[in-house]
Order: sequence, then structure tokens, then C-alpha cells
Amino acid sequence: MPKDVAVIGVGQSAFVRGYQGSIRELAFEAFREAMQDAAISVKDVGASVVCSAPEYDKQRTPSGLIAEYLGLNPQPTFIVENVCSSSTSGIRVAYGLIKSGLHDVVVVLGFQKMSEISSADSQERMGRGADIMFESPFGTLMPAYYAMHARGHFAKYGTTEEDLALIRVKAASYGVLNEKAVYRKAVTLEQAMEAGPVCSPLKVFDCCANADGASCVIMASADKAKEICKEPVYILGLGAATAPMNVTGRTTFAGLDCAKLAADEAYEMAGVGPQDIDVAEVHDCFTIAEMMAYEMLGFAEPGKGPELIRNRETYKDGKIPVNVDGGLLSKGHPIGATGGSQVRTIVLQLRNKAGAIQVPGAEIGLVHNIGGVGIYGNVIIFGR
Amino acid sequence: MGFERFGSKSFTSQAKVAEFVDYLDKGEVAYTKCRTCSQAYFPPRADCANCLGNDMEWVAIKGNGTIVTFTHTMYAPTGFEAEAPYTIVVAEFGDIKVLGRMNKSVPVESLSVGMAVKVEVVKLPDGQVTYEFLPA
Repeated sequence: MPKDVAVIGVGQSAFVRGYQGSIRELAFEAFREAMQDAAISVKDVGASVVCSAPEYDKQRTPSGLIAEYLGLNPQPTFIVENVCSSSTSGIRVAYGLIKSGLHDVVVVLGFQKMSEISSADSQERMGRGADIMFESPFGTLMPAYYAMHARGHFAKYGTTEEDLALIRVKAASYGVLNEKAVYRKAVTLEQAMEAGPVCSPLKVFDCCANADGASCVIMASADKAKEICKEPVYILGLGAATAPMNVTGRTTFAGLDCAKLAADEAYEMAGVGPQDIDVAEVHDCFTIAEMMAYEMLGFAEPGKGPELIRNRETYKDGKIPVNVDGGLLSKGHPIGATGGSQVRTIVLQLRNKAGAIQVPGAEIGLVHNIGGVGIYGNVIIFGR
Repeated sequence: MGFERFGSKSFTSQAKVAEFVDYLDKGEVAYTKCRTCSQAYFPPRADCANCLGNDMEWVAIKGNGTIVTFTHTMYAPTGFEAEAPYTIVVAEFGDIKVLGRMNKSVPVESLSVGMAVKVEVVKLPDGQVTYEFLPA
């Protein structure tokens, strides 16, 4: 079990609709919190990795601007983009920078101000998040792709719309407790089932909300972490994989191969298995995404994911608590910031500082962050 | 040039596989197959990722396929709003899978995974050309 790289600070802005500030100010909110958490100064930082999906940015090459505003000149900075999984890809880059010995301390800053562009522009970009030659001309969109996976899961395993609704009910029950979540209302099973259709079989409450937000994860070498941090949380394993962007190249619509491959790699590196995970943050941009994550991560056998949620095993007091911070469904999903927010939740859990959502005695946590509809998969396992 | 005629709204004009549109004009939905290693590709490719060759032949899709998955969307990206709602389908034809829309007259309630479909070329009024699925 390697313990070469640690997280020494985490921060997150509130995730909101229509942030009343600029992207640099949004980024600073998360950065300030993480720097205060790590109790370090900018002189201690060796490099920054800025994570954003630039199609939402008016600012070209935002890493330069963000690094300047964070006070991180003249250190090197890099932009990392893997759409919704940008910030966990940024963490993978930072891990390499630290493990190689190039830098001791690296700041990973994820942000997205989705309201930076108009709703029409956003809708236009959404249609191009697929193969623009052979998929976009049919008017495809993100919910449609996840809906086709829901249909695939239903057809193969007999999963129902109610199974998916139960996932939303769980997420919302925790979103109520999360002061940084954009959606803080409870959702009943009836409300979820009676909500209007988006892309069948997905309905309004099966979909997460767009939001503006920023996250910050500060990472350090183990030696440095021991020197300056009282409660380092170590990266025990990390895995990453890809699958064809054009879904006609996929092997299945009942799961995401990239997530399975990334999980297998992360478990092997960490020397642990799914049964060892005490708390998990999974990429629930849609309810079906969480259902598939249960199975791709090995929390349930393929096809048995619905039983986990029917039996409430993914609630805080269940066998494997998942997304007890409200998940993307309730927190909101500011693309470039999402992975870092998931990591923050797990780090707080492993420090036993997660407040009302604390899973008692959590020692090993997992983050599953997906880019696009299973184009990019990142899984990271953390431990004390 | 030529690929800009694919679909009600295309995002690409230049492509080595623009011949795809010529086949649509002839009433055929075609894919490419590597003459060196026999790998079949839909969407069609100019280059073979399997053997790195580029000696491809065009083959028309024939016969029936089966629905792998589908969704009926109430919303559409910018530029497609007037077309919503519509049904997006992935269907399997032997070695290849094809993504497209179901003919608008076919109610989504009548669809199921595994159902047999055929693919037909559709010529749009503005000179664009595409294809759609119909129950076989």
C-alpha cells in the first residue's frame, strides 16, 4: 500500500446558481479555504494544476489568470481538462509531479462558472460533447446518453424507474444537510416518480443541476506532509481509463467500462478491495450513473445494484455509504470543480470531521469521477 | 468538402470519409472495412487503428439490425429545438453499431431492446441528407 503522496488541504466554494463574481474570485474561495486548512503559504507551493472545461470560459488559457490571482507566480501552472472528471485528472497529474520528485507541494484548483455563458450557448456546447461528425448531427445530448445506459441496464437486469428514484431520494436527504449544495430540499419518492420526462426513462429528478463552483485540493509528498500536516490523508491507489467517445464503440450500455478498469487499477495499487471501502463518493450526474457505479466499483455484483439502494445499504448507516454529501444530484455539478469536491468530502470523512454526515470510524474512502458519458474514468482510493 | 450535408445540422465540412454522404445520396448507409486486416468501422474511418493501414473499402449496410438501446428526448441542443421531441436509437448490424433517430411516426412505446429495425436514407428538403431507423 503506497503512501507516497498525501492530501494536506481541501477547500470548496458554495455551489450556486449564477455566482455573483468572476472566475478568479470563485477560484479564490476554494483556494483560501484549502490554504487555511493546510496552514501553508504560497511560498510553500511548487506548482498549480488548474482544472476547467474551457468551453464554458470566456477567458482563454485560464490557468495563467488563476495562478496569478492565487498568488502562485512564478511557479509553473498547467491546465488539465477531461470535462466532468477534470479535477481528478488534475490530481493524477499532481500525483505524478510529486512522486517524480519535481515538486513537493502542488495545488489542484478546479472551477467552473457555467453561467459565464448564456443558456443558449451552453445548450449549443452541450450538443458538441459527443462525436461531432457522427453523433451530434442527430441532436444528441448528455441526458440522452445516460438515458440510453439506463435503458440498457433496465433491459439487461430488470432495473426500474423507481430504483433510480430511490437514489435521488437518498441524495436529497443528504443535500438538505450540506450548506454548500445548490439543491437543499428533500425529494420524496412520489415527487421523483411524478417529475416530468427529460430523456426517457430519465425524469427531472434523475438529473443533477448545473452550478457554479470551485474546489481546491493541496497535495504534498509524504515527507513534506509529515513535516507540515497534522492529519495527512494519503492517496493509496489511483486508476484511470478511457472508452470510445462515440458510444457505438462501447461494449455495453449497462455499465461504464472505463470506470471498471479504473477501479480495478486503483484497488490493485492500494492493495484493498471493494469490501474495504468505508465511504465512497461516486459520479452521480444522473441517478443511473450512481447505479452503474455500484456495480463498476464492485460494491454490488453486475445487476445487483438495485438491491443496494432498495435495502438502503448506500445510506450513511448502510454497508457502503455512497454520496452522503448529497452527491452531484444535490450539490450541483460545476464540471471542473466536481472531482475536487468529491475528494474534499472523503478527506473530511477520513479526518473524522464530516459533521452530520460523518460515517463513524471511516478509514478508507473512494472517489469515482467520470468525464463525459464514460469517456474518462478516474478512481482514487484514500486512507489515513 | 461535402460532409457539411450530413444531418439536419452538421458540424464538420471536410473529412476524408465525406464519401459517406455520396453513398447516402445513392440511398445507402455505408461503413468502411480495412482491406488489409478486415476490421469493419462504423462510423466509417479513413485510417485503420488495428493495422495502421489506410486501404479501406466502403460497404453498404444491408438487412435488419436490432435495437441495443434507445431514448425519447423532450429536449434538444441549440439548432435542433424545432425537431424535439425525437427518439435516439443505437442499433446493431452484425459487426457494427449505428446511432441515429427512429422515424418520427413510430411511437416510443412500441420500441424495445432487441427489436428488429432497418435503416433508411432520408433526404431533407434543404438538400441535407441523413438516415433513420424503421421497424423491420
